Parts: sequence; structure tokens; C-alpha cells
Amino acid sequence: MVRYVLRRVVYMLITLFIIATLSFFLMKMLPGSPLNAEDKLSEEQKQIVLEKYGLNDPVPVQYVNYLAGLVKGDLGISFAFSNTPVTDILMDRIGPSAQLGAQALVVGTILGVLLGLIAAVFHNGFLDYTSTIIAVIGTSIPNFVFAGILQYFFASELQWFPVALWGDFKHTVLPTMALMIFPMATAARFVRTEMVEVMGSNYIKTARAKGIGEVGIVFKHGLRNALIPLITVIGPMAVSLMTGSMVIEQIFAIPGIGEQFVNSVIMNDYPTIMGTTLLFAALFVAIILIIDLLYGLIDPRIRIGGNNS
Amino acid sequence: MSKLLEVKDLRVSFHTYNGEVQAVRGVNFHVNKGETLAIVGESGSGKSVTTSAIMGLLPKPQAEIKSGQILFEGEDLVKKSNKEMQKIRGADISMVFQDPMTSLNPTMKVGNQIMEGLIKHQGLSRTEARKKAVELLDQVGIPHPEVRINQYPHQFSGGMRQRVVIAIALACNPKLLIADEPTTALDVTIQAQILELMKDIQKQTESAIIFITHDLGVVANVADRVAVMYAGKIVEMGTVDDIFYDPRHPYTWGLLGSMPTLDSEEEELYAIPGSPPDMLNPPKGDAFAPRNKFALEIDLVKEPPMFQISDTHYAATWLLHEHAPKIEPPASVKKRMEGFAKTGGKA
Amino acid sequence: MEGTTADMEKMKHSSTESAPKELFVLAQQKEDTSEKISGPSRTFFQDARRTFFKNKFAVLSVILLIIIIIMSFVGPTMNDHGIDDQDLARAKMPARVPVLENLPIPGFEGVLRDEFKGSNVEEATNNAYSRYDNQKDFIDIEVLSEGDGSKNSAEVRATYRVYEAKGMEDEYFWLGTDSLGRDQWTRLWEGTKVSLLIAFIAALISLVIGVAYGGIAGYYGGKVDDVLMRILEVLVGIPSLVVILLMMLVLDPGITSIVIALTITGWTGMARIVRGEVMKLKNQEFVLAARTLGQSNKRIIIKHLLPNISGIIIINTMFTIPDAIFFEAFLSFIGLGITPPQASLGTLINTGFDNIMLYPYMLWFPAIMISVIMIAFNLIGDGLRDAFDPKMHK
Repeated sequence: MVRYVLRRVVYMLITLFIIATLSFFLMKMLPGSPLNAEDKLSEEQKQIVLEKYGLNDPVPVQYVNYLAGLVKGDLGISFAFSNTPVTDILMDRIGPSAQLGAQALVVGTILGVLLGLIAAVFHNGFLDYTSTIIAVIGTSIPNFVFAGILQYFFASELQWFPVALWGDFKHTVLPTMALMIFPMATAARFVRTEMVEVMGSNYIKTARAKGIGEVGIVFKHGLRNALIPLITVIGPMAVSLMTGSMVIEQIFAIPGIGEQFVNSVIMNDYPTIMGTTLLFAALFVAIILIIDLLYGLIDPRIRIGGNNS
Repeated sequence: MSKLLEVKDLRVSFHTYNGEVQAVRGVNFHVNKGETLAIVGESGSGKSVTTSAIMGLLPKPQAEIKSGQILFEGEDLVKKSNKEMQKIRGADISMVFQDPMTSLNPTMKVGNQIMEGLIKHQGLSRTEARKKAVELLDQVGIPHPEVRINQYPHQFSGGMRQRVVIAIALACNPKLLIADEPTTALDVTIQAQILELMKDIQKQTESAIIFITHDLGVVANVADRVAVMYAGKIVEMGTVDDIFYDPRHPYTWGLLGSMPTLDSEEEELYAIPGSPPDMLNPPKGDAFAPRNKFALEIDLVKEPPMFQISDTHYAATWLLHEHAPKIEPPASVKKRMEGFAKTGGKA
Repeated sequence: MEGTTADMEKMKHSSTESAPKELFVLAQQKEDTSEKISGPSRTFFQDARRTFFKNKFAVLSVILLIIIIIMSFVGPTMNDHGIDDQDLARAKMPARVPVLENLPIPGFEGVLRDEFKGSNVEEATNNAYSRYDNQKDFIDIEVLSEGDGSKNSAEVRATYRVYEAKGMEDEYFWLGTDSLGRDQWTRLWEGTKVSLLIAFIAALISLVIGVAYGGIAGYYGGKVDDVLMRILEVLVGIPSLVVILLMMLVLDPGITSIVIALTITGWTGMARIVRGEVMKLKNQEFVLAARTLGQSNKRIIIKHLLPNISGIIIINTMFTIPDAIFFEAFLSFIGLGITPPQASLGTLINTGFDNIMLYPYMLWFPAIMISVIMIAFNLIGDGLRDAFDPKMHK
């Protein structure tokens, strides 16, 4: 088990190293520097700025310095906000993004599981069709379209929630709803399919033959078996939360990482873009690892490194 | 001998996309306390549907009990609510299914799966139930039960899993055990072990068993009485001796004739041509007539009633009518019947 | 047993009486019909097609998509406004459609309408006037509440007849204009065309690469498979979002760049699925039989493997297309995709968001379009999945 985890962590570091290298050289191919065309700087002043960013060194040296910085958690200094390390910018902004992401994931998954469960229990009934329609719409319609609908009706027209910006809990409601649509719909579809299959399986028949009541059948025998594979779709959900954070934070003007990323793109702030990219990559790779380990822990059939054949 | 279970004129239909499928069309039989009744037939003959009806486990909106009674200790199970049936299932009547690889919950420890019924029906505490579960595993011949109880089904082999399934079924000392092809999915050597186990258990617990199978070899081994089913009806019923030494229904002849035996190398197997009828539109007259070499004209017009041959032996074929021509079973089947007589019914 | 015996005795007698003697002769052996297969025989694809066309949602989606595709070519030519005909004088005009404008359905009358508040009716009215360019002659005021002098107690509904105010009574912008005065109808269909084009090309390229890669790995197996799969594992480990973003930063924005960015990661899923399927199929009896009969690799692949995996390829592609549409819109939305004056659904939605409070129709039309397209593709995908599932064939 320990060896397996170690091997996976090494793979993960290699992946991150490839991404870091790739993004470093790609960024080097791009025009653009901390120098602003509008600032009228003398040649001397320009040299000082370039020196500060280490841009006068040959590219291989810059690369080594960059990697060395990464190990220490140093992502370089922002072009746009001079003197501000990228790490600080990201740390500043991770709070709102993490809160929204967590809220959306938790609420969305719980609602999705409920929807899927209801659909499966009332298989081919009215509730099943309703929940299936919600799920199809939720997986199909882009979350920024949802954000628009929510913002227009619940903020602009009904004025139940603030239109945008970050503040108290009320500010998180609409962006969370927009973000949670995809996890909810995905979970609903997944749980419905799994649950219908599980409820038709032989061990459910065995449980019924034992005289277990319907509630016990659905929750004790059915749901547990239907939920385990749900872990596998956390990956796509995480991706949707990351892309979602970029557009949703932009739409609701939330000072999170996604909004920062979009602004950095507009301002050609390459160190920040790279830092954010690496952060997303690290998060994604870590989530995949956690999913695999979790799956092994929860599903007795594939306990990693277990002593069974 | 007193009757534990009596099924009277049971009719079950499935409502499908294409129409009504009459899976069981008027079945009568009974099971005495402590005896083993084997129900034999091809797939689709209605034997599994019959037992699902007894268990109250017919798939809900599709299946419908059109008529009939299922009297268990005098009470009609058809009239019971689902809640009342839950108290009977697993306690008084329990069931062993065909495929041990899929009939255990893969994410629940074997012990918990056995204990569930004990806690529900006998109100045992977890510790008591656990003790009982260990005993049960021991009883069904699983070594190291105190270790095995904490393991998951995937850590057991097929034969061992079927022992666990049997342990679950036996947990509350049921009066009736329904075994739906419990050995079909197993290797031959394991099959024999499971059959021995079931016989042993029956001796110890004195519960009655309904044994569903399509394998006559198994029947000869375990059953006291045999009911042969075809197209949703019982066509012949009798003791093992009646069925093996003196079969009267041409379908039973076919079943016996198509059973391979060791000394049958020189002769052809007597195969039944064709396949079972479409139960969406059951044929007029005797459902077996189109496949029956010995069909009479009347078979095509009118369904044969049950004729009584002896106290224990009945068959539904017009051949037993007083006006019917005298017809002997095919030579190969006859030879086989003589063979059974010599070996004492063991195939 | 007594009861049953008695019953049977009774039965015996009653039946004997009604059974005519002459029928007790052996029946003529008729041709055995029990083995006849009822119903016509159909190939797998015929069955699949039948199941698919029974799915009303999927069929409706196909029809909708065909209409949308045709309209994306025909639509821009249906009026004489070009995709980049800017004219600030006619910016932000609401939608106005002949005939529909006279019906009591809101949205296509060519007017702007909103509620305004103030401490009294006059103040509210003035708020409305100042909001609508002070064109008092073309603003109809309807008082909703008189108010009592306190703040925002009075409310009026103002209807601004923009087309008249701008002296364009004869103009019709069917879906209105954007903030630069460009015709939204034209831009919407052009944008749809661009989005669909990107999605189709990206899906097609992913399909070709994925099938070839996965097919080779699965069919040849062994060392080839090992090497190809190791490479694939590394690629799959890199989140596609990151790769797409990096590619978009490096490449010049445009259709080609988006297609490249989407295909660079898009083929891996297909490759994995095709490899798995080929691995499974190549050891099945019918392939082994073909090989035993001496058929060439090429023939086995074309005659036996491809037909059997075509279902899963088609299904997978049907889900790649909406993914690509989403990613294009996403990239254009965050400013990394299509750039003005070119339109795509993403850029149109982005512009819509800038004006969501005052001119929400600018968002609704492209938002509805992308939603309809995405839902349609997903429903078709679901329909195909069922159609290619033998369990669903009735």
C-alpha cells in the first residue's frame, strides 16, 4: 500500500515537472515583458527592471532558477503588480474560490445523489422523468448561461441576492448555484443508472428474500453499492469547477483565482498565468490521486495491496 | 404427513410491451413438512415464477397474480401485505438463488449479511447474532468461521459463497427452504458437495425444501417427490419412483430420454424437438402437442385434465384416457427406465 | 392430499364426458413450427436505427440540429445586414420582427420596457426619461403605483419606442443589435456556424487520431501497446484544461488555434475506448475464426473490427462535439478564443453579459442557441447509446 502511494506520488511529481517545463518554455516563446509600452523608461531603468525579474540571464539559467523557486513554493513575481510575488496573489485569492468550489461540490453532489435516488426508486415514473430532464439540462447547458439566468432573475429582477461582488454568505448563493449545476446533474445521472442496475441485481433479491424492508434495501444494500463508483466522476466535476471558477468569478466579480487568471490573460501577466496554471494542474493531479486511493479504501473488492488474490 | 404449503390454481401473468405473458397457468401442488419437492422443467416453464410468487417477490408493476391461493400453514400468502410478507420471508420461508457469484452484497461483510436476518426476525443483539452467524458458517462447512465472518464475498470461492448463501437462508430455521437451481452455476464436484450439504441440513433441521432444477440427475439425488412443469402448468407429478420408473407424460419421457447416462453410449438420446411455446399466445389444446410425437387429435383441440394414476402419481395427458390408444414409451426411454430400476433411481 | 384427489377425480369425470371418442387417434405430424423465428430478421444496424427512431427526443434533436445547421448558412443572407456593419446610431436596438410585433407577445415589438421607481410619479417618470435618451415623445408611461412621497414608493412602467425615436420605422432588426449596432440575427447565425465548425472539425480530428492510435495499440498489443499506452498515460495525466489554456496563449487566436488546442487533448479518450474495445474483440471467437481462415489483417480490421466498434465511436463522437462547443464558448468567453469582429457563440454570450442588466436580450438569444445545441447533441448521444445497446432492442 505504502509503495503504491509512493509510486503514484512520484508519477504525480513527474507530471507536474512536465507541465512546469512545458509552460515555462511556452511562455518564453511569447512576446511581452514586465515593461509597459506606455511607461516612458530610460534604457537604464529598463535594465534595472529586467534585472529584478532575472530576465537578463540566459534562458537555461532562468529555467533552473524557476524550477528551484518552484520547489520552495516561489512562483516568481507578477508583471502586472510589480513587487508582488505570484504566490502571495494566489494565496490572497484562494479563499473565495475554495469556498465556492467546496460549497458547489458538496451541495451539488448531495442534491444530485438525492435526485438520482428518487429517479431510480420511482423508475419510469413521473419523478424519474422530471429528474432525468433536470439532469440532461444540467449537464448540457453551460454554467455561464446558468449564471446569466440566475443573475438576471434572482439578482436583477427579484433582487433576492446581490448581483455581484464578494461579501457575506448571500454573495455566495448565486455563484454556488451556477457552479453546482454540473456536479448535481452528473451525480444525478450517474446515481440513477447505477442504482437502477444495483436494484435489479441478485444480491438485492437475496436481501428481499431475507425479509429486509424496502427502506433498508434501498439505503443499506442499494445506495452504498451505487455510490462507490460515484467517486470516479469527481475528476470531471473538479475540472468543471475549475473552468467554472474562471467564468463564474468573472460574471459575479468575485476576487478568486479564476477571475485573477482571466485578468492576467488580459494583462499578459505571464508569471501569474503560469502560477495559476501550475496550481490548477497540481490540484487536478492531486484529486485524481486521492480519487484512486479513496476508491481502493471504500470498495472492498479493490483494496490496493491487499492480501487477497 | 401434514401439508406445510399448498398452492391452488395459481395463475401469474406478466404485462409486457407486447401483451400479457401467461407465465403460470393454473398450478396445483403441495409440500409436506420436512419433505423435498423438486420442480423440474425447461427455462421459461414457469418454475421460478411460481416460487417468486410464493416468496411474494414477483417484480411489482409487471407481474400480476391473476387467481389462486398460496396456503402456508393455512394462511393465504397472496392476500398478505408486503409488510406481512417481510416478516415471513427469511424467517418461515427462505430462498437460495442460482448464482452465488452475484447473490451476495459485494460491499458488505459476510457476517453482517447473515446477521441481518437474525437481528430483524429473532430480535437478537449484535453479539448474539454474531455468535449464531459463526455457528451457521461452521454448520455449512466453512472452515475458520470466526475469521471468515469478517471477510467480503469476493474473498470466497463460488462453492464457498453458495454455502454462505445457504447459511443466510438457514439463519432463522425456516420451515420451508426454496432452492432455485442452487447448483447450476457450480462445478460438478462442488455441485455434489452442495447437494450433500443440503441433504444433511434437511436431516438436522427438518425443514421442507422446494428444489427447482432442470437437471433430472439432481432430482433423483435429493427429492422425495417431483413435479414436472411445462408451459406454466404441472404436467406430471409423483414420487421419485413414479417419475423415474413409471413416467406417463410424453414430456417426462422426453426429459428422461435426453438425460445422458454412462451406459448410454450405443443408443441415441431421445431429444425433444422444437422449443417451448410462446406464452404470449399459448397454443390451443395441449401446449406440448406441437412437439409431441404421440399427440392425439384431441390434444390439438382440448387441454388434457389431470389423470390420477395412483395415490401419489398424476399426469396431464390424454394418453391416460380410457379411449386413448395404448402407447408405449419410446424404446430408448424404456431401456433407461429399466436402467434406473436396476441402479435404484440414481442416474 | 384428500382434497386434491377429490378435485382431480371431479375433473376427470367432467372431461371424459365432453371428450369425443373419435378424437383419440394419433394426430398427423405437422411440420414443426416452434423453431420458426417470428418477425422479420434484421441486422444489428437496422435494429439500432429502429430503436433510435423510436426515441422521440433524439429524433426531435436531429431535426432541430439540421434546421440550425441549414440556418447557420442561410440565416446571414436573409437580411442585408453584414456581420460587421457597425453603426453606433443604431446600437442596442431591441428585437423587432414583422407580424410578431403586432401580437401581444413581449420581446419582438421593437420597444424597450422597464419599471422605474421614484418618490412620486413625476420623479419616476423623469427617471424613465433620463434612462431612455429623453425622447419624451416616444415614451409611453403607465403608472403602476402613485406613491406616498417616501423613497421609491411610486412606480411607472415606461415603454420606449426606439425604432420611431431613431426614425427607423421601416427597419427591422429581428434579434436587435449589439452595442456597436451590428445585426444580432446575422451575428448569431454566423457565430453558430463558427462554433459548430470548430466542434465538428475538432471532433473529426480527435476521432481519426484516437481511432488510429487506440486501434494500433489494441490490435498489435504487446510491446507496441506498452509503449503507446505509457505515452498516453503521461498525456492523460496532464489536465486538458491546462494544455488548452497554454496552447491558446501561445497560438494566435482564431478558429485554427482553437481546433488545435481542442484536438491536442481531445483524442485521448477515444484512443482509450477504441483500444479497450479492440482488445476485447480481437480475442473473440469470430475474429479468431477469421484469422484461422487466413484472412489478412486489413480484412479483419475492416470487415470484423470496425463494424463492431463503430457504434461506440459514433456515441463517443456525439459527446465530444458538445464538449468542444462548450470549450470554444468558454475560451471565447474568457478572452482566449475567437476575437472580434468574428463572432462565435462564446463571444456573443460574452457581449451579452456586458449588457445583461439593461439589454438582456443580447444574452438570451445566443444563450438559448448554445443551450439548444448542447441539449440536442446530448440527447442524440443518449439516443445512440441506447440504440447501440442490444438490450434496448425490442
